[in-house]
Amino acid sequence: MPDGAAPVLAVRGLRTVFRTRGGEIHAVNDVSFHLERGELLGVVGESGSGKSVTMMSLIGLLPMPPAEIRAGTVMLGDQDLLRITPDALRDVRGAKVGFVFQDPMTSLNPVFNVGFQIAEPLRRHMGLTKAQAADRAVELLELVGIPDARKRLGDYPHQFSGGMRQRVMIAIALACDPDVLIADEPTTALDVTIQAQILELVKELRQKLGMAIIWITHDLGVIAGIADRVMVMYGGQVVEQAPVKDLFANPQHPYTRALLKTIPSLTGARADRLQVIEGQPPIMTAAPTACAFRDRCTHRFARCDAENPQRRSLDARPVGFGHDVACHWTPEAADA
Amino acid sequence: MLDASPQTLVRVDGLKMYFPIYSGILRRHTGDVKAVDGVSFDIQQGETLGLVGESGCGKSTVGRALLRLYEPTAGSVVIEGEDIATLSPEALRKKRPTMQMVFQDPQASLNPRMTLANIISEPLVEHTNWSPERRLERVYELMDAVGLNRRFANRFPHEFSGGQRQRIGIARALALNPKFIVCDEPIAALDVSIQAQVVNLLEDLQEKLGLTYLFISHDLSMVRHIADRVAVMYLGRIAELSPRDALFANPLHPYAEALLSAVNEPDPSLARRQRIILKGDVPSPARPPKGCNFCTRCPKAFARCHAEKPELQEVEPGRHVACFLYTPETGDAKAGPTGVPEANEHLQQGETK
Repeated sequence: MPDGAAPVLAVRGLRTVFRTRGGEIHAVNDVSFHLERGELLGVVGESGSGKSVTMMSLIGLLPMPPAEIRAGTVMLGDQDLLRITPDALRDVRGAKVGFVFQDPMTSLNPVFNVGFQIAEPLRRHMGLTKAQAADRAVELLELVGIPDARKRLGDYPHQFSGGMRQRVMIAIALACDPDVLIADEPTTALDVTIQAQILELVKELRQKLGMAIIWITHDLGVIAGIADRVMVMYGGQVVEQAPVKDLFANPQHPYTRALLKTIPSLTGARADRLQVIEGQPPIMTAAPTACAFRDRCTHRFARCDAENPQRRSLDARPVGFGHDVACHWTPEAADA
Repeated sequence: MLDASPQTLVRVDGLKMYFPIYSGILRRHTGDVKAVDGVSFDIQQGETLGLVGESGCGKSTVGRALLRLYEPTAGSVVIEGEDIATLSPEALRKKRPTMQMVFQDPQASLNPRMTLANIISEPLVEHTNWSPERRLERVYELMDAVGLNRRFANRFPHEFSGGQRQRIGIARALALNPKFIVCDEPIAALDVSIQAQVVNLLEDLQEKLGLTYLFISHDLSMVRHIADRVAVMYLGRIAELSPRDALFANPLHPYAEALLSAVNEPDPSLARRQRIILKGDVPSPARPPKGCNFCTRCPKAFARCHAEKPELQEVEPGRHVACFLYTPETGDAKAGPTGVPEANEHLQQGETK
C-alpha cells in the first residue's frame, strides 16, 4: 500500500452473478476498490450498473440463490468477509459496517417503535442493558438532530417525516460506532431542501466521528458536494476512478464525460439542446469480453470489440489510488 | 397582473383544490387538505411554464385540476376562452382533445394488457369516428414522431424500457393534436442518460407542433433548461412566478432562494459553497400556518408574515412574488400585535384537531 496506513476495506476481483430462469446476469464483473480510514468514496452509476449489488455482496445481504459470488476477496481489517461464517458475518454487520438504505419507509420496521429499533443492535452487538441502550439511543437521536429525542423513542416510523426517518436510519447505522458506513442512495427519496439537511448532517457526523463512508448515488451533484473520491460504474465494472476534483475537472472515460454533459447546469451557460447518450445501458448476460459501453460510445474502434479494457492509471500512482480509467481510447489511438 | 394578451392559451384564476377530511363516528366534514389554495397564472401560446416545488406542495394537483381530472373547489381555468372548471360533461368531453397529459410513471400509466398500437389509438377510438386503417396510419405517424420503431406496434408495454415507455405516453398524448400538454414529472422515473433523450423529444415536438406545456418537475436544473417562465410553489400557493433567467440568476422569494441553493451542482467547487439550509419540514396542508405559508421555515420572517397571507404581486416587470419583503408596506406596525395571538390560537386549534 503506497499511502502507508492499511485501508479499512479492500475489495479485490469481486464477481457476482444472478442465476435466473432466463439465464445468468453478470451484475458485478471483477470489481476492485479500497476505502481508506475516514474517507468518503462516492459510487456513481445508472440503475443496473451494479453499484448496489457490489455493496450488498460485500456483507452478504444478497439472497443466495439466485445470487452467487463467484470470485473475490473482501478484506475488512484482517477478516475476509466472503470466507467467514454467517454468524461472524452477522457480528460484522451493524457492529463494524453500518447501512443506510434508500427508502426510509420500507427499511424501518413499522410495528416496532424507533427506540426499540435503535436499541436492538446496541444490545446485540455491544451487550448493553435495556436502560443503557435507551440512553445511547437518545444520544444517537440527538446526534442526528431529532428534537425532543427522549420523547420520540416511543414513536413509530409512520409518525416521522421522510427526512426524520432517514435521520433515524442514520442513527441506527451509527449505533455501534462502525468503521464503515455504506449509504445506498440515502437522499434519493427526499426533497431537495431535506436532502440538503441530510448532506449537511453527514458532513458534520464525519467530522465528529471520522468513519469511512461509501455513498452510492446516481446524482453527480450530490457526489460533487460530498465525496473525496469517486468511482464510476457501468455494466458491473468500475470504468473510472479518481479524486473528486480530478473526475469533474478532467473526466476521461467517454461514459463519464457524456454523463456530465447530459445534466443541465443550474448556473452555467444554458445549452439549446441537451447532449444525449444514445441507446440503453447493457444487460450483462455473460462476463464481458468487449467494452460494455461500446454500443453507445462515440470513440468506438476495433479494439473495443475485441477486448474488455482493463483499468489503467493516468498518473504515477497505482490503479485505485490516483486517477484511473478502463478505456482503450487515447488521443494516440485516434490518430492511428 | 395577469393582463389579457391575444396569445394567452391558458389562464388560471384563484384556483383552489381542497380535499375534505371526514372524521369521527358520524364522518363529519372536519377540515380540508388545502392542496391548492388560490393559484393564479397564465400560459402563453407556445410557451413552457415550469412548475416546481417539493413533494406535497400541490404542483401535480394543479396540473390535474387544470385538465379537470379533479373537480376544482373554486376558481376558473380558461383554456381558449372556455372555463374548464364549469363546463358540462358533454362540452368537457369535446374539449378534451385540445388538452392532454403525460404522466410521471410510464409503467403505471400504460395498460399492461394493451398493445402499443391500442394504447396510442385509444384516444382516436374515443374521440373520432375514423376507420381502423386510418387510425393505424395515425399510430404509425405518431410512432415516427416520438422515435419508436413501427415494428413495435404489436408489442406490450413491459417489453420496453422506461424511456421508450415514456415515448409511448407522449405519443398517446399527441394522438388528437392537442394544443396544451401537462407534463407531470415526465422524467423523474428515468435514468440520467435517458432523461436528456426525453426532454429533447419534448422540445422537438413543441417546435414542430407549436405545443404549449405546463412542465411539472422537482428537478430545477431540468426546468431551467426547458421552461420559459417558472412558478415556484410552496404548500398550495405560488411563492414566485418569474421568467426563467431572472429567477435562476436572482430568486426573490426566500423559498425560491433556499430551493435553488439546495440543489447540488455537478461541480465540486460550486457544490461546496455555503448553502441556505431550511430548518424543519413542510407543514401539513391540512393545517397550513397562519399568515404566510412559508413563515415557519423562512429565515427572513418578521411579525407581519405570521399574521397576514401575502398575495402574489408584480414587483418587477414580469416577476411576481408573494412576499412582504417586496411590498411597500414592509414593516407595517399594525400587523404585529394583532397577528401574534391569532397565530397562537391557530396553533392550539391545530394540535387538538
